[in-house]
Amino acid sequence: MKKIKVFTNGLIKENPVLVLVLGTCPTLAMSVSVINAIAMGLAATAVLICSNAVISLLRKVIPDTVRIPCYIVVIAGFVTLVQMLMEAYLPDLYDMLGVYLALIVVNCIILGRAEMFANKHNVFESALDGLGMGFGFTLALLLMATVREVLGNASFAGMSIGFLQDYKIPILTAPPGGFLVFGCMIALVAYLTRGKAPIKKSFDCEGCPSAAFCRKEGKACGTAETEAK
Amino acid sequence: METYKLLLKIIMTSVLVNNYVLNKFLGICPFLGVSKKIDQASGMGAAVIFVMLLATAATWPIQTYLLEPNGMGYLQTIVFILVIAALVQFVEIVLKKFLPSLHGSLGVYLPLITTNCAVLGVTINNITDGYNFLQSMVSSLGCGLGFLLAMVIFAGVRERMEEADPPKAFKGIPITLVAASIVSMAFYGFGGFVTSLFGE
Repeated sequence: MKKIKVFTNGLIKENPVLVLVLGTCPTLAMSVSVINAIAMGLAATAVLICSNAVISLLRKVIPDTVRIPCYIVVIAGFVTLVQMLMEAYLPDLYDMLGVYLALIVVNCIILGRAEMFANKHNVFESALDGLGMGFGFTLALLLMATVREVLGNASFAGMSIGFLQDYKIPILTAPPGGFLVFGCMIALVAYLTRGKAPIKKSFDCEGCPSAAFCRKEGKACGTAETEAK
Repeated sequence: METYKLLLKIIMTSVLVNNYVLNKFLGICPFLGVSKKIDQASGMGAAVIFVMLLATAATWPIQTYLLEPNGMGYLQTIVFILVIAALVQFVEIVLKKFLPSLHGSLGVYLPLITTNCAVLGVTINNITDGYNFLQSMVSSLGCGLGFLLAMVIFAGVRERMEEADPPKAFKGIPITLVAASIVSMAFYGFGGFVTSLFGE
């Protein structure tokens, strides 16, 4: 039972995008079309499962002080693997995802899960958490892409929807639409859960990959600004 | 003359048209996280420009003279992220030791930038776009300036927004994203103006 909970946690209750608000960059950029969203989601899921599992395996070997660079190497290795496989077998998608595929390395979700989950749990649970979080990410991307593609381009996964053709809102597929739809989705989730979900009120250190660097010096990111003055 | 025109075109494109934050969605985390006050936002922006220039100066030669001639182009992602991470840490140590006053104003933002997607993005894009060293540096400067511009404008918008009273569900992140959408719309208006100025 507990195992199932680990999986569904990432899917709904702690959805990385809509509840934890991590990985905003690929979410905004890749939700223009449904196909892009699914490709990005699955690529990130693959990296997330593998890196979670490997980091969990190595958690007793990696010294605490240099753990972040170690995680980055592991993640970057898997990203390169996904890049090479995609370039070989799915060249069209590879071109479409472009630089965002390489940028999975710096996706906060992956480093965040390594830091928050994989280095404390066993291999199986970590892989399961990766699967759940990955699917949660894909689900959120898919939802956003559906809204943006159907309303903005009157099509779904490339198939055009006849009766909507005259009522397209092209701005939704443009960058401003990304911010707008994302904002409205988070607001919707906050409204539906009526404060039960731990919706973040602002961006903070939690899950931010840089947190480990900042905290090392005994201060959180938030205090950086006071010191700057 | 032609060279200067091209460089100007690159810089205008990366500052206004292909703004990294508002158009390519790179570096959203610091854009939303550190934009509550204008002075903070400009500090972060300056630090990003600094790191982008430094990262490009380091990664472009590595890619061109080390990885590509040896057929190791596929190692790009791993090498770039490690070089950037190491570089940022190194610069922070150097600044702390030798220029404490600069460290006071820039240094605190440096750790935040290590894993920033805008920095990795600009170094990779410079390679994919086939720029030479000078063009890469100019493009990085442009992207950094674009980031600074977006940060400062958005910080101004946000300071006003603090006084607004949105519906409960929109409080916090959602209303910030909606505001970002409007700022992004303003930049969307620049689309196509570089091609009309400089030609294709």
